[in-house]
Amino acid sequence: MTATAASVDRPSVMGRLRPVSARRPALHPSSLRSWLLLAPLLIFLSLGFLIPLLRMVQLSVYDPTLRDLLPATAPAITSWSGEGLPGDPVYRALAQDLKAATEAQTIGIVATRLNTEISGIRSVVMRTARRLDGLATAAPRDWFTAQDPQWADIGTWRAIARLTQAITPSHYLAALDLTYDENGALAQREPNRRIHRALFLRTLAISAVVTLLCILLGYPVACVLTTVRPALRSYLFLLVLLPFWTSLLVRTTAWIVLLQSQGVINDALVGLGLITNDGRMSLIYNMTGTIVTMTHILLPFFILPLYSVMASIPPSYMQAALSLGARPAFAFRRVYLPCTLPGVAAGGLLVFILAIGYYVTPALVGGQSGQMISNVIAFHMQSSLNWGLASALGVLLFALIGVFFMLYSRLAGLATSDWISGS
Amino acid sequence: METQEIIAVPAVHVQDRAASKRRRSAGGDPTPHMADAPFLSLREIEKSYDGINLVVKRLCLDVRRGEFLTLLGPSGSGKTTLLMILAGFEQPTHGVIELAGRDLTRTPPFKRDIGMVFQNYALFPHMTVAENIAFPLIARRTPKIEIAARVARALGMIKLEGLGGRRPAQLSGGQQQRVALARALVYEPAIVLMDEPLGALDKQLREHMQVEIKNLHHELGLTVIYVTHDQDEALAMSDRVAVFSGGIVEQVDIPKRIYEEPQTRFVAGFVGENNLLTGMVVSAASAATPCRVRVGASEVLAMAAAPLDEGQAVTLVLRPERIVLAPYPGQVPQTHQATITDVSYFGDRVRLRCCLFGRDDFSVKIANLAALSGLAAGQQVALGWLPQDCRALSV
Repeated sequence: MTATAASVDRPSVMGRLRPVSARRPALHPSSLRSWLLLAPLLIFLSLGFLIPLLRMVQLSVYDPTLRDLLPATAPAITSWSGEGLPGDPVYRALAQDLKAATEAQTIGIVATRLNTEISGIRSVVMRTARRLDGLATAAPRDWFTAQDPQWADIGTWRAIARLTQAITPSHYLAALDLTYDENGALAQREPNRRIHRALFLRTLAISAVVTLLCILLGYPVACVLTTVRPALRSYLFLLVLLPFWTSLLVRTTAWIVLLQSQGVINDALVGLGLITNDGRMSLIYNMTGTIVTMTHILLPFFILPLYSVMASIPPSYMQAALSLGARPAFAFRRVYLPCTLPGVAAGGLLVFILAIGYYVTPALVGGQSGQMISNVIAFHMQSSLNWGLASALGVLLFALIGVFFMLYSRLAGLATSDWISGS
Repeated sequence: METQEIIAVPAVHVQDRAASKRRRSAGGDPTPHMADAPFLSLREIEKSYDGINLVVKRLCLDVRRGEFLTLLGPSGSGKTTLLMILAGFEQPTHGVIELAGRDLTRTPPFKRDIGMVFQNYALFPHMTVAENIAFPLIARRTPKIEIAARVARALGMIKLEGLGGRRPAQLSGGQQQRVALARALVYEPAIVLMDEPLGALDKQLREHMQVEIKNLHHELGLTVIYVTHDQDEALAMSDRVAVFSGGIVEQVDIPKRIYEEPQTRFVAGFVGENNLLTGMVVSAASAATPCRVRVGASEVLAMAAAPLDEGQAVTLVLRPERIVLAPYPGQVPQTHQATITDVSYFGDRVRLRCCLFGRDDFSVKIANLAALSGLAAGQQVALGWLPQDCRALSV
């Protein structure tokens, strides 16, 4: 009786005291609290990751250099149809801009930026700017074309029209080894300047080889890890995780000691008489070095997800297969292997994704042929200072990884779905 | 040597010599049915994982063709290990397994022609139901047309026609169990092993599946070795039950005898509920004759399970439901005065705890009759039983 009375009574008392908040339970304050707890990480991520990322995307498509340095030409050229040479007003605007740029000492930047699209224009711009005092205002176009035949070239003006736009696809085109021809259509770059697509392909190829090696080396290890007794398993795990705990420099130096032409492996092979002293193999500072060292560090990323999938496969599956008359090889192929495939796919894609973006290892042991796309991005960031191109390459790499990551998350979802663990 | 062999003949001839203590006395018995040679024969099987402790100790067991034999015992009694040895997943450290005269001891599992049903069913999750059932046939390179026909027949047998395209995860527990059965039967193995196959099902479904498995056993004439720790299941389904304890077979018998004529103290205590009393023989007796046994200060009439000597220590085994409360004159030869210490109500029956022979946990089960509604703790009651319901076992 009393219990019933109390339970009936309580809500009504609460209702009278706190009519609104009592009916909506403590969801609001607790979610605020969780946001506060997350805040430091969110702030850190947005400052250190999200904002630079957005800035990189912006850099890859937004280049206001010429729009700002040629403030008169930029609006004037928008009225040009692109057919035939532009009218006198455009030439006049350019003359005015070049004059201003000369005075502001920014003419060098203008000339250089134009030269990225119109080869040989740099000296023409500088020379024309110096002679601007002799410009007859009545017919600027005739004056310009008299200075240099390039000013009479429609291709030059099409390039100027493109470059004075702040939003430009030019970095992406460069990143994909494309350019505009003199008619303004997309075209391949000259063969000796086509480097990026080949590099993307090489990056994918190296990543694929590293992934394949990880699968071949890691699958048996994961298998053994699930079958040995627990005491031995923890030692084996120690070995698997050792690359994680070794400093990058120590690990790389160790590989250099092993792989260099006067290194342990070559010495041993020469000592055994398998190769001659002159025939020492180059195992490092080339693609081989990149592949060997990357496989070493990425192997745990393959083994661990695969192990977790394998550990969830009941031993009774194989026992059942054997008792049903399947020979061990048949049982492995038809029962065990298919059950582990989600783990192989998840681990393999994880390794592949990590490999695509690898930078330090190829930089240290890759030599010339072992460089990957990340190394070129770093080159443009640090040495050539072509941030626009670096950003465009970075965004393309990011998109590539994104595609594989979506695949990965689908497969990882599959790997943990309930059919693996049975009923 | 062969003294502990269990002779695989119908109930009448079942020998009671599993208990290690009694091996010697049972030795030399003739085997009257030599023509009826055992189908599966386990001889002196031993298994040790560490070389010191035996999980299975010198175990001998014969199974005849078409028999449903249950291995019953608590966990850790060695019954699952024995099943693993039979299936070939474990090697016995000593002993021989023969199936239809063929030595199987070193044969790998996939050549044994034994079907196995696992507790968790072990259906292959990446295959459909039909592919699961076809698996043993594919492994045996059966022609495709025949596979299709036999899978269809197997699906009909387990009443899952039309579900061949489903994945195991899309089936209920009972359906998965039936698929596991069909997969283990479709290639007509010589023997089917079942390792607690109904352990994961709820009570109602379990009873239903017990009937289905029994029916399959009858219809197909299967030889089944069934492992369980559920004694009701063992008694309800089996032709014979082998009770395991500590790596040895305590008793192999038809279910009725396992329950009513336990040969050892362990069987008496493990199967069903029993009052176990320790006493001393006052008058020597041969097997199956009444004898007098002193329990505490009283003397009790009991039936000797085997010949007993005067002065021998015995265990009296007495089923709580065979005890008569307040017997009318002449119903039982002896009555004993007891004090009720506790009354538990179970609906259809009532269990009394009584103080008798100096113990206060003497259990009595009686049907719940209106006349008994006045029973309460502290009351004095007269208890009695027929001598044949009280068995005297040598220790």
